[in-house]
Amino acid sequence: MSALLSISDLRSFYGPSQALHGVNLEVKRGEQIALIGRNGMGKTTLLKSIMGFMADRRGEICFAGASTLKSQPEDIARAGMAYVPEGRGVFGSLSVVENLVMSARPGVSGQQRWTLDRVFEVFPRLTKRRMNGGHQLSGGEQQMLSIGRALMTNPDLILLDEATEGLAPLIAQEIWKTLGIIRGEGIATIVVDKDHRSLSKVADRMVIMTKGEIAFDGTPATLATRPDLLEKHLGV
Amino acid sequence: MDAITIAVQLLNGVQYGLVLFLVASGLTLVFGILGVINLAHGAFYMLGAYLAWWIASYTGSFALALLGALSISFVLGLLLEEVFVKRMIGRDHLAQVLLSFGLILVIDEARQILFGKDVHSVTPPEWLNGSIQLTAILSYPVYRLALCLVCILLAALIFYVIQRTRLGMIIRAGAENRNMTRALGIPFDTVNRFVFAGGIALAALGGMLVAPISTVFPGMGDGMLILSFVVVVLGGIGSVTGAALGALMIGLTDTFGKVFFPQVSSILIYVLMAGVLLWRPNGLMGKAP
Ligand SMILES: Nc1ncnc2c1ncn2[C@@H]1O[C@H](COP(=O)(O)OP(=O)(O)OP(=O)(O)O)[C@@H](O)[C@H]1O
Ligand SMILES: [Mg+2]
Repeated sequence: MSALLSISDLRSFYGPSQALHGVNLEVKRGEQIALIGRNGMGKTTLLKSIMGFMADRRGEICFAGASTLKSQPEDIARAGMAYVPEGRGVFGSLSVVENLVMSARPGVSGQQRWTLDRVFEVFPRLTKRRMNGGHQLSGGEQQMLSIGRALMTNPDLILLDEATEGLAPLIAQEIWKTLGIIRGEGIATIVVDKDHRSLSKVADRMVIMTKGEIAFDGTPATLATRPDLLEKHLGV
Repeated sequence: MDAITIAVQLLNGVQYGLVLFLVASGLTLVFGILGVINLAHGAFYMLGAYLAWWIASYTGSFALALLGALSISFVLGLLLEEVFVKRMIGRDHLAQVLLSFGLILVIDEARQILFGKDVHSVTPPEWLNGSIQLTAILSYPVYRLALCLVCILLAALIFYVIQRTRLGMIIRAGAENRNMTRALGIPFDTVNRFVFAGGIALAALGGMLVAPISTVFPGMGDGMLILSFVVVVLGGIGSVTGAALGALMIGLTDTFGKVFFPQVSSILIYVLMAGVLLWRPNGLMGKAP
């Protein structure tokens, strides 16, 4: 089966300064990829490039069988991608329900597995907050809402930046559990997080970034045999 | 001054405020969602009135005039967004001011070529042309009452669309964080185009609706533009609720100012604006940037 997302020799620039130096990455359908690395190594930039937000990106990105190197974010989203950005991007002036309804749409192949009810079933905490404004939610609730909102687009791939940053351990647990559910649904994900231990329990593959390049790409089991890599690239 | 005179002035003030709301809500939406300052907003108010006069003088039907002028303005809005305004999104305000000032000149010239510079009046439909006798010596035009009603219905429709429909949710979301809506697959270019055209259509509609109670003249958009900006600033940029409150405050202040303090009435609305901004720097409903 061909890859859902395939990236080759991707180079992205912020004005004159280059942030990605030739990234190669493949994501198969339903695969869960953990993207780790120290601060400023280019994880967010990689996600932004995939989503179409880096104006200056070169190389090749193919998503769902078509090149998206020149596409706009809205078109890439409509091809089946969803984004949960750093800082969550919840619409504060919209209620929880409105945040979910405004993004709702059937998937590329017409699938409508994710509905309001289904999202509330996965995130019972949000049910109690349905009518609250986005700005009234706690960080954890915002993250759940942002993930729920992404799911409402019935995507084939979710990009999830800083999945549990700043969240209490119990809430973080819920997010990890959700990632398991998403994986069970056959939705591919690229998850960025600092907590590589939790990631290695859910992810199919671990990818380490350093200075805008991929330094390691392999299974959690392989990475576990290479403590030197973890030390070198994560400082643990 | 007796109660009935005050009631009449109150009606006048509310009616003025309602028309102002129609025009200013278009301006605040374009400002809030596209982030574009449109100085030509008042020119569309003028154009709407001229179009209504022109169609009415050919067809003799006020209803056709409204429908025709509204459609023309909307389509014109779609075209202008596609050709000019789209390029102004995200540009600095000076560029937007220059472009929209240029649009004023072009629209004025087009009006000159198409309709000339004569002052006109538009007759309302027969059944709205009468007056209601309030007292032995005081009557109130039926058209003004109908105008209030239509404006209230339109305001309700605007609020319904913004607060209750999915399109409204998308519009509010986009005003808050455009890139996030794009990442969710919302084609914001299309939303922008329709918001701009809708805003223009509201301005033009304001001009058409007041045509039968005022005169249709070349400079009629200028004063309206300034007042609309006052309303937008007073209410808070991008807030339709704020525009409604601001427009009613200005309508009433202006009307009663002219009755009770005729010497200073022309500055009263600016005093009001300054007062509100001292109290709430981002306007009544505005959010801190
Ligand atoms: N808007 C920007 N303009 C210029 N340079 C930027 C911008 N955003 C990020 N960079 C630079 O690009 C590089 C990669 O940053 P990026 O945010 O992708 O890293 P990251 O791996 O996500 O880091 P973190 O773990 O802190 O989120 C960094 O050197 C950063 O300084
Ligand atoms: Mg980052």
